Amino acid sequence: MSLLRQLTRGLQALTNRAATDRNVADEVDDYLENARAAHLARGLSPDEALRAARIEVGGVTNVREQVRGYGWENAVETMLADVRYAFRRFRGNPGVTIVTVFTLAIGIGASTAIFSAVNPILFESLPYPGAKRITMISDMGADGAPLDVTFGTYRELLQRSHSFDAMAVVNTWQPTLVGRADPDRLDGQRVSGDYFRVLGMSPMLGRNFTAADDRAGGPRVVILGNALWHRRFSGDRDIIGHSVKLDDDDYVVIGVMPATFENVLAPSVQIWAPLQYSTVFGPDSREWGHHLRMIGRMRAGVGLTQARDELSAIARTPRSDFPRVPWASLKSGLLVHSLQDDVTSGVRPVLLAVLGAVILVLLIACANVTNLLLASSARRRGEFAMRSALGARRTRLTQQLLTESLLLAIVGGALGMIVAELGVRALVALSPTGLPRVGVIRLDAAVFAFGLVVTTLVGLSVGVIPALRASREELNLGMQQASQRTTGGHQATRKALVVTEVALAVVLLIGAGLLLRSVRTLLAVNVGFDPSHVLTMQVQESGHRFQQDSAAGDSARYEFFAEALGAVQQIPGVTAAAFTSQLPLSGDFDGYSVQFENDPNANATGSALRYAVTPSYFATMRIPLLHGRLLGAEDRAGAPRAALINESFAKREFPHEDPIGKRLGFGPSDGRLYTIVGVVGDVKQSSLADGETDAIYLTPTQWHWVDNRMSLVVRTNGNAAALVPMVRNAIHSVDRNQPIVRVATMDDLVGRSVADRRFALILFEAFGMVALVLAAVGIYGVLSSSVTEKVREIGIRAALGASPESILTLVLGQGMRLTALGLAIGLAASVAATRAIVSMLFGVSRLDATTYLAVVVTLGAVAMIACGVPAWRAARLDPNRALRAE
Amino acid sequence: MQEPNTDVIQGTLDMLILKTLSLQPMHGYGIARRIEQISRDTFKVNPGSLLTALQRLERSGALDAEWRQTENSRRAKFYSLTRAGHKQLGVETEDWTRRASAVARLLKTEG
Repeated sequence: MSLLRQLTRGLQALTNRAATDRNVADEVDDYLENARAAHLARGLSPDEALRAARIEVGGVTNVREQVRGYGWENAVETMLADVRYAFRRFRGNPGVTIVTVFTLAIGIGASTAIFSAVNPILFESLPYPGAKRITMISDMGADGAPLDVTFGTYRELLQRSHSFDAMAVVNTWQPTLVGRADPDRLDGQRVSGDYFRVLGMSPMLGRNFTAADDRAGGPRVVILGNALWHRRFSGDRDIIGHSVKLDDDDYVVIGVMPATFENVLAPSVQIWAPLQYSTVFGPDSREWGHHLRMIGRMRAGVGLTQARDELSAIARTPRSDFPRVPWASLKSGLLVHSLQDDVTSGVRPVLLAVLGAVILVLLIACANVTNLLLASSARRRGEFAMRSALGARRTRLTQQLLTESLLLAIVGGALGMIVAELGVRALVALSPTGLPRVGVIRLDAAVFAFGLVVTTLVGLSVGVIPALRASREELNLGMQQASQRTTGGHQATRKALVVTEVALAVVLLIGAGLLLRSVRTLLAVNVGFDPSHVLTMQVQESGHRFQQDSAAGDSARYEFFAEALGAVQQIPGVTAAAFTSQLPLSGDFDGYSVQFENDPNANATGSALRYAVTPSYFATMRIPLLHGRLLGAEDRAGAPRAALINESFAKREFPHEDPIGKRLGFGPSDGRLYTIVGVVGDVKQSSLADGETDAIYLTPTQWHWVDNRMSLVVRTNGNAAALVPMVRNAIHSVDRNQPIVRVATMDDLVGRSVADRRFALILFEAFGMVALVLAAVGIYGVLSSSVTEKVREIGIRAALGASPESILTLVLGQGMRLTALGLAIGLAASVAATRAIVSMLFGVSRLDATTYLAVVVTLGAVAMIACGVPAWRAARLDPNRALRAE
Repeated sequence: MQEPNTDVIQGTLDMLILKTLSLQPMHGYGIARRIEQISRDTFKVNPGSLLTALQRLERSGALDAEWRQTENSRRAKFYSLTRAGHKQLGVETEDWTRRASAVARLLKTEG
């Protein structure tokens, strides 16, 4: 009841102030009239009665004000008045307001966006219980690089190690889901029984895999990912126990993972089946192939070093009950990393560099806002001194200033939120392939609030405190000074801020410049083939007729790929086409050990990339033949095995001999050697920045196994991308159930291989531009207000005969001195700071003189323009007006 | 000689207003007069404080207000006690009596 009255009366007063005021006035008048009547009744004359009544009441206006001041609505009215006043000020000073708001928006928005993206990848732990205990275990190659483990190694470690609660191995799997809808090639994984236990996750529906599922010849069961379950099975909870058709087989669904489950090892995977490898296997079986990824959950209390020590001890001491093969002898040891490190290590340098860049931007933004608010508070000292003198209390002035700062922060923050949201979207769109956990990148509200609070606090401290000090201490002084002149203290701070801004901008611009040159150099690298006008795609066979390990399945495979190639070559506009087992710059990496004849130890642990290619591959890719002959139709199954090696391999192995005719063992030791028939040019396989890798080319039919997925490369005269539907039709005319994936032009693949650097480059360029603009605004602001403050001085100089040129030079010199100081500090800082991006540079020193010089020139030119405007204004000052200005 | 202190004891104005209005509805001036008369001019009421207190009591629901036309066509605001006001008066009276008698007792034992 009383609360309701409080509210309604308050609102009445707010909405109809005039009526409320009239009521108060009437009541006071009535009081006065009653008092007068009483005095009249006591016998005073009318005049005396009125006087007495007035004395009794004690000032009608005062009483009115006192009564009127009661109620919460007054606080609201004061606030609204402050807001109105603030907006009037903002309108009166649109330039400063807009710059402040946008600086805030960009600073807060950009840093929020970047931190939102970086946080889940670099700082949050993986979304698993006890995530710190999950490790990635890899075999180590002779060169120290991690290598996928073999099933044999896994089996031995599983039995002998005691540091782990659970271990699991994972193989990639690409089943084709057939059913009512079109065939759907899925990303899946074949996992050993404890995979989900290692991650600490279990299905939300149904059950987990068990040891009984994961044995050779075990049941065909699958666990579905939540997204796939929703997409293909409409989230039907009765799916458990029903079967789905994958390739040509029926698999029983035994579980569905929760939506919160993130498969960080391979984010796109939506289906899992047991690995079902045999525990009894010979040296040439797939169980000894390096193609499994291995994870383990350490026991509680076991640290990474402890686990590492134990595993390397096992690696060093082979036991007869666990025989090893030469290529998985664990001679070099094992690599043990936390899963977190393994997932993020590839992108960490890029993300840290970007994070560093955005922190620089935030610092520049803060410096700029501080600068602007300092200037505006300096200008307002007169105003506050005046208001204090007229009786405004400090709380009242503080409230006014708080309102203004908060308004700026709110408007800037709202815009910043938009910038951040767009920024996050752009980041996800721009993110290089292979960025882990992209799916969980979203706007981080906590980070946003943090940025907003920090910037606001900065604004408050620099905007409010000086003005308040002015209102308290220097009433007199402040008013005498009017609003035009300030003491030197502010200017010194502002100059220091500008120098800082310039220095930070230099660091950012140099980073951007170095990255730009790196990307240019990289794109100019000779990839070893001609990527233009080439379309690529991966074709995979699927179905029973391609049954593994059967002669019929093998020949069906050869036949399918041969027919598909024939059909593609018939397409008008196709000048050449070929199949290859691995495609350059596509992420494929398929290597086997090499052993030269008569030289059993020389290269025992060395490995080379294996390219099983149809003979037309070299013509299609335009890889040059340097020596000997290319592969041909005569190099078929049963014929003597022929191989080509790449140029740098040939030069290293046979520096003084002709490699042609030399023989080598490659891959599984089946006793049949390959004869080198030719040498071809080097090709970049994994990245443009890599050195040359040893490579061996052979025909698919002369390889030990039969590949079940091959990449198609198609050369055309015209637009490669336009060929896609025709090529697809051609392959499907042979067999319409074979999935086609990874369609891309070769140019795309080349572009993608510089994607992470390009990603960093785009962000550095953007941040560099922002920094440049903010620094220019800062220089302009300081110089401009300094000219305004020195109008009198300049006027005197002009009156005493200083030429406009000399004044121009004076002001310009003042600005350029600041710029030069900032440049010097920035260059020195860059020498240290560029260490952070050194891993992303290619073909350019981090101290590259050209880049440094270019940045100095650019920043100098921009600063010159920023200084020029106020200098010009100063030079054209009319001494008469300048001297009368105050 | 010093003038006697005629300020209303701090915190008792509300109670005095409520008590005065418990007899009959009145306007502000009437309330002030009545308090002065009954206290035999011990208390002088400050009009600003009184009118603000009335505003506050009305807002809090202890009083109802009503505008009436006076004979010389001015508007006068008459206040009357509500049930909540009666209750508040009871509570405040009891409280005051308790504290005042305690003070009185203390002063007595002193002598």
